[in-house]
Amino acid sequence: MKLASAIGLAAAALVAACARTPAGPPVLTVMTHDSFAASEPVIQAFEQQTGAKLQFLPSGDAGTALNRAILARQHPLADVFYGVDNTFLSRALDEDIFEVYDSPALAAIPGEFQLDPTHRALPVDFGDVCLNYDKSFFDSRGLPVPGRLEDLTDPRYRGLLVVENPATSSPGLAFLLTTIGHFGEDGYLDYWRALRQNDVLVVNDWEAAYNEEFSGASAVGTRPLVVSYGSSPPFEVLYAEPPVSEPSTGAITADDMCFRQIEFVGILKGTTRRSLAEQWIDFMLSVTFQEDMPLQMFVFPVNPEAKLDPVFEQFMAVPTHPAQVEAQAIATHRDEWIEAWTEVVLR
Amino acid sequence: MTGTPPDDVDVATRRPSLGAGLLWLAPLGFLAIFFFYPLAAILVASFARSLAGPLAPWADLFARPSFPRVVGFTLAQALASTALTLMLGLPAAYLVGRHTFRGRSLLLALTAVPFVMPTVVVAAAFTALLGPRGWVNVALMEMLHLEAPPIAFVHTLTAILVAHVFYNTTIVVRLVGDFWSHLDPRQTEAAQVLGASRAHAWRTVTLPLLLPAIAAASALVFLFDFTSFGVILLLGGPRFSTLEVEIYTQTVGLLNLPIAATLALIQLACTLALSGVYTALARRVNRPLTLQPAHLAQQPLAGARQRWLAAAVVVALSVFLLAPLGALALRSVTRLDPERGQTSLPAPAITLAYYRALGENPRQSIFHAAPATAIGVSLTYAAITVVLSLALGMPAAWMLARRPDDFLSRLVDPLLLLPLGTSAVTLGLGFTLALAAPPLDLRTSPVLIPLAHTLVAFPFVVRSLLPPLRSLQPRLRQAASVLGAAPARVFRTIELPLIARALLLASAFSFTISLGEFGATTILARPEFPTLPVAIYRYLSRPGALNYGQALAMSTILMIVCAAAMLALEKLRFGEQGEF
Repeated sequence: MKLASAIGLAAAALVAACARTPAGPPVLTVMTHDSFAASEPVIQAFEQQTGAKLQFLPSGDAGTALNRAILARQHPLADVFYGVDNTFLSRALDEDIFEVYDSPALAAIPGEFQLDPTHRALPVDFGDVCLNYDKSFFDSRGLPVPGRLEDLTDPRYRGLLVVENPATSSPGLAFLLTTIGHFGEDGYLDYWRALRQNDVLVVNDWEAAYNEEFSGASAVGTRPLVVSYGSSPPFEVLYAEPPVSEPSTGAITADDMCFRQIEFVGILKGTTRRSLAEQWIDFMLSVTFQEDMPLQMFVFPVNPEAKLDPVFEQFMAVPTHPAQVEAQAIATHRDEWIEAWTEVVLR
Repeated sequence: MTGTPPDDVDVATRRPSLGAGLLWLAPLGFLAIFFFYPLAAILVASFARSLAGPLAPWADLFARPSFPRVVGFTLAQALASTALTLMLGLPAAYLVGRHTFRGRSLLLALTAVPFVMPTVVVAAAFTALLGPRGWVNVALMEMLHLEAPPIAFVHTLTAILVAHVFYNTTIVVRLVGDFWSHLDPRQTEAAQVLGASRAHAWRTVTLPLLLPAIAAASALVFLFDFTSFGVILLLGGPRFSTLEVEIYTQTVGLLNLPIAATLALIQLACTLALSGVYTALARRVNRPLTLQPAHLAQQPLAGARQRWLAAAVVVALSVFLLAPLGALALRSVTRLDPERGQTSLPAPAITLAYYRALGENPRQSIFHAAPATAIGVSLTYAAITVVLSLALGMPAAWMLARRPDDFLSRLVDPLLLLPLGTSAVTLGLGFTLALAAPPLDLRTSPVLIPLAHTLVAFPFVVRSLLPPLRSLQPRLRQAASVLGAAPARVFRTIELPLIARALLLASAFSFTISLGEFGATTILARPEFPTLPVAIYRYLSRPGALNYGQALAMSTILMIVCAAAMLALEKLRFGEQGEF
């Protein structure tokens, strides 16, 4: 038995050694959250262009992955980290895990996305967390789709909304920030008290809210309003079974009703492949990668030159005025906001 | 002082030998490197991040009004869940332990399936059955002409308890049922012949003999419920919180590592206290037995009383365990009605579209996991986990059984359950911190996954092997020793055949633990090697009916893989019976 476990450990070490064997093309390791995806031809294009090999390292959800990157600072697990969003941005910058990279590709990216003036975290994509609604529910009852956050406390919309817990879900946090952006730090808790009065349902994650409680996407849901993404409706067409020509859901993108999540990439301090890492980041900001992203990750490109799939063009909804909360304020107050929310809504 | 040693003292325990002590080397070395070292690393690093010193998070935590509530609820729900699991599990253990009947192997295999199912899909199955627009509620509303759904299930305490019973009944059925099948039925019969009533014989003879197995099963079930995460999060909803949920929220949502580490230490302390009580008890309740081959103990069902009991057990298992699985499988072949928002039973449109789509990769995603790949990866990890955890668990169990009074045995015994009391996110981050740097640099190695699975499986192996090993009549081994057999030979010729079935039981546990593990896997996963649960989750996290259907189809495949593996293992068991 000792022998068996010794063999086991030796094999383990061997596999580990092989995984990083220096022979062959240089390997660029990219750490991501587990929603990351890309298409085969696009990745091959980069590998052919540089002669390098890409290795992706999905490390759990966005919070877990960032934790992993921070904790491994002394012995970085990867060369590049992708997937820190604007709610976690200040945290990543304070922890100082990224090297400065003033990419030439940034020239093409609108200034509104460039939240880090020190160019350590570079914007890659964005997505809007917006309410989605069940079209047939509102059509059949002749009820107008809510156009302001205030509408949701109206008795006519009683018991219609399901949201995610901001302590456990990233769209849940985004919706809490939407209400803070609109009502301010002094007003948002009163608003949530009113929402609670109006029978808002809170669940812990997006999967449960969207797949199980939302009536627009599943056969068992009962709530026609859900906190999801502006990009969700096109996916009800792209991934429909049986095929449909129109989504059964819509996204509400009225002013101050959405929160914009911007995702960033950065070169991890301690990398030994700096120039390859730079090339990968330039590639992520190029049209090739930016056009690939929407259908893989359900997010929008930050590069305005990237063209979108026709289904996207037809059914996507992008708010012109999402709610605004400063990244620094989020980093400072995130915990207390969530805890205050928990006391008001769940206790 | 001459003559033979008294019957109840084991010769081996009185003859300390360095060689045997070396058996601890592998299991303790493994735990030290892959459990205590990463755990210490993450705890130390977390407390170091507390700007106001390592005591500040404790003060902060104890000042929170929610903290005592969370600890109280964690303990209370675990106790209640364990009691309920025993209520369903013990009659079922009696049925499969004491009787032979048609479909027994299948029933036993099916009870193992819930154990491997990811909580996200189980929550979906329960919602399909018992949600506000689930099949049961809709049927009741139509039958009784009700306006509102009569059953509120999702997001209640009941849902948490029922889900825990769903998941963990198999532990009781297998551990206790297996031990029961080897108890000599003549002991109970003798008591009855001597005039004891059925109940009296059960209470004074059978129950005390079964206690070691019941205690082991209860401890494992309790720890699983105590550290429950997905069930609380998804079926309990945001109003319920356990220590494990708090550790996750503080780590991932709030990035508050000092508080998370404090909570992790409290959870570990509770686990240690429980396993201390349990190991002390387990030593006391063990007594030498003459274990019998199962075919002597197992009889066909006879008489109305036994048949009724069997029927009741099968019905109860079907309601609690099989109905949710059935709902899941049914949903994976049911086309969602495009006319949504209606309040009626889903139109029975059967489709295999979700299964067909699993093999396709229309967007050429680099991370597409074909079902065959995911099955292969899952089975490979599971096989490695079985080999590793048996290789480590067997020497540990042998030492605990044969040298219970050694200093090391007394010290280590309660520590062996600790991996079950450690949250996956804590351990995953600990691996990142400790195993990513010299001297042991496994950084991105795929081998981290079976190592993490082995940590969870190892306590199960030890607890499965201990009751039969401890019950072995010492005289058998003494006789062999006296006749000149070396310890290794005694083990091979006397002990190994007697614990052969327990080894298969341990393999079944290790296998299913690895097959279903998600928490640590998702943190350490390599996209080239997706497991079935990881693939399921990938589909589930995307909008669109097709993605949802594919997640359910992949879950059904996971069920089939698990049931098939358990049936294959049962066949193996059958072959071993002759040796017993």
